[in-house]
Amino acid sequence: MDFHQRQKTDNIFRKIFKIAGLLIIGILGGIFLMLMYNSIAFFLHFKPADFLTDTQWNPGNTSHAEFGILPLLVSTCLVTAGAMILAIPLGICTAAFLSEFASKRLQTILKPIIEMLAAIPSVAIGFLGIVIVGPGIAKLFGIQSGLNALNGSVLLAIMSLPTIITVAEDAIHAVPLSYREGSYALGANRWATLFKITLPAALPGLIAAIMLGMGRALGETMTVLMATGNVAAFPKGFLNSVKTITATIAIEMGEVPYQTTHYFALFAIAAVLFIITLAVNLLGESAINKVRKFQ
Amino acid sequence: MTNNKKLSTEGLNLYFSEKHILKDVAIGIPQNKITALIGPSGCGKTTLLRTFNRLHDLLDYVKITGKVMIDDTNIYDPKISAVEIRKRIGMVFQKPNPFPKNIYDNIAYGLKVNNTDPYRIPQLVEQSLRESFLWDEVKDELKKPAIQLSGGQQQRLCIARAVALRPEVILMDEPCSALDPFSSLKIEDLIRELRKSYTVVIVTHNMQQAQRLSDYTAFMYLGQLIEFGTTKEIFNNPQHDLTKNYVTGHFG
Amino acid sequence: MKKFINYLNWSMLAGSTIIVCLFLIVILIELFSKGLPAITIDFIFKYPSEGMTKGGIFPAIIGTVLVTLLTTAFAVPFGIACAIYLGEYAGNSRTTRLIRAAIRNLSGIPSIIYGLFGLALFVQAMRLGTSLFSAGLTLGLLSLPYIITTTEESLKRVPTTTREAALAVGATQFEMIKDVVLPVALPDILTGIVLTLSRAAGETAPILFTGVTFYTSGLPGSVTQEFMALPYHLYILSTQHQSVEQVRPLAYGTAVVLISVVFILNLVAFYMRYKRRRYD
Repeated sequence: MDFHQRQKTDNIFRKIFKIAGLLIIGILGGIFLMLMYNSIAFFLHFKPADFLTDTQWNPGNTSHAEFGILPLLVSTCLVTAGAMILAIPLGICTAAFLSEFASKRLQTILKPIIEMLAAIPSVAIGFLGIVIVGPGIAKLFGIQSGLNALNGSVLLAIMSLPTIITVAEDAIHAVPLSYREGSYALGANRWATLFKITLPAALPGLIAAIMLGMGRALGETMTVLMATGNVAAFPKGFLNSVKTITATIAIEMGEVPYQTTHYFALFAIAAVLFIITLAVNLLGESAINKVRKFQ
Repeated sequence: MTNNKKLSTEGLNLYFSEKHILKDVAIGIPQNKITALIGPSGCGKTTLLRTFNRLHDLLDYVKITGKVMIDDTNIYDPKISAVEIRKRIGMVFQKPNPFPKNIYDNIAYGLKVNNTDPYRIPQLVEQSLRESFLWDEVKDELKKPAIQLSGGQQQRLCIARAVALRPEVILMDEPCSALDPFSSLKIEDLIRELRKSYTVVIVTHNMQQAQRLSDYTAFMYLGQLIEFGTTKEIFNNPQHDLTKNYVTGHFG
Repeated sequence: MKKFINYLNWSMLAGSTIIVCLFLIVILIELFSKGLPAITIDFIFKYPSEGMTKGGIFPAIIGTVLVTLLTTAFAVPFGIACAIYLGEYAGNSRTTRLIRAAIRNLSGIPSIIYGLFGLALFVQAMRLGTSLFSAGLTLGLLSLPYIITTTEESLKRVPTTTREAALAVGATQFEMIKDVVLPVALPDILTGIVLTLSRAAGETAPILFTGVTFYTSGLPGSVTQEFMALPYHLYILSTQHQSVEQVRPLAYGTAVVLISVVFILNLVAFYMRYKRRRYD
């Protein structure tokens, strides 16, 4: 190749790489536009106010179909809240143990275990919800079926734990040693140092960990689809069957005719989910940025 | 001073973002001589060296104004690509940085990308290894990964790599700083040998090395070229107090 | 009293850690104790028969392998090209900050939304139908952010001096990337890719509407056909089958095969990382 050609090749590839980079923005934009376009199509058929206030999700009713997102939204939030109640203390305690008390050797055993937990496909976790957690809950509470919000919460807690632990451990680890030494110098013991100095100092990072774990739980589909019973009624508690936004899309998109109101409605609830996860992830990210500044 | 200037700058200013690193530098580096750039850390000598090779091109926060010439060609002429310049001006770095390839390919790579006739490559590889006093040590293991050589051998390989392209100028950024004294002396012998065919510019911290090796010396301080002259003048009869203090070891 | 509180604190942290470990242990014991007996040569190499109450999962295994290969073929070159742009060409401009923000947001989008996007874009707008191809592309989009992030990190680990060495002998920037930077970063990049693929192989939601089906009479003959996949097969067997209880052993067997595929890919990545660290 002569020099001229080499320069040309160099330029062509520079352009190819740049296009690949710009396409990423295109993909995000595409997803956003796709959701917007179909949601607008939906709102041409159905009043936005009803969508937000109706308490029924009943798209199959041919004479009077109802598309109220509330029961789905409440279900999603209920399952996620339950998952966080379980996962936050477990995750942060484990992260604290890993970072402050576990020996190097123990760490090399524990970290792969957490990675393995993260690697298990969601459908396998959902399956365990059916064969272990469900019957367990049924027995414990003396109810007929264990496929309910609590089941989903337990499974989502397991699924979000690896994220929470990893991010929280990084955050705790990043607290400067001098903070701890200062605390020891004042006569505080290990525990007082951990709870009064280290964890508060790591707080932005811990919030990021929680947000990222929550984002994962909110968007999870297969586990909740398999384990929560899928009843689209207003949930009254953790022992009720629920139907989350993700599960609704997964079940109904396969059966709905193309470009009907129902079809567009599924994009509209997806748009709501998109906005919620985006907000949660942005919150997590701004918390991480605070950690970076702090360092 | 000689009229035969190989590399020269005029009114050269260089900024890293807002920081003014090189201040109005004007220097003419004579052909087929060894020129040493000396000065305390952070004086801009390495930055100046890299300016000749357009190695700042990849960093978008670097701003350069002024003239940098090789012979009558402006190095920063937008019509001239950095690749052409770098073919004429070779570089040896502070730490030996052989490619993660075998010994032979380390030298052949530059030849290959620069469209050398493939039949001539083996001969050119041998020639440049001989010029770098490395041939006898490696001729039986040319397929060995270069990373397995000793530090001194690696640095001589890097010199051979630069020499193989037959550049007009070879820039050296403290080429001995990562090496033991014995390897350093070997490299110095090699550099003296190179003077016959190349213009050499060497950045060094080591006063003795500068005196042993160079024909000319430039002293830089805080981004400015303070004094430039024959090595004898600079070390024995400096005109400027700063230079005097530095070469007599009073600071830096 | 103080001692008691210390003891309590200690057991809280250690106890949490033990519970987390127990989750994994219980999951593995439950699946493998009940699933391993179901796994025979026939189970791996036969088609499902008699309304999926008997036979094996061969087409699901092949389907998962094929869709993962398509994902790789699409996402790896695209992802590496993008990472190269970010890591080697683009400085810290407004465009790159926008691209980085897009990547972070993409990695947070729920997988089911990727499924909807695949349905709208590949299946309907591009008229690729529900097919292996549509599903592979959809999973590819899902994998992109991970591939870009891990590749960019691998590129960052290549020393600047190595890059400068290539430039100094007159290589163009592209030649430097192709001949020096990529070969050095390759083991790290591959590790990231293997991990990403293990994730893609286990995903269900993105392929639900883009190509997976519960039963095919043969292997997909071309990328335009629908296919079976391990995770979807497990979903069907455990929730959608008429006689869920009867096929439970098959479901356990499928779960074990799926988890084994994912863990083997993870082990490969783990080994590659280990080997690389030792080499450094």
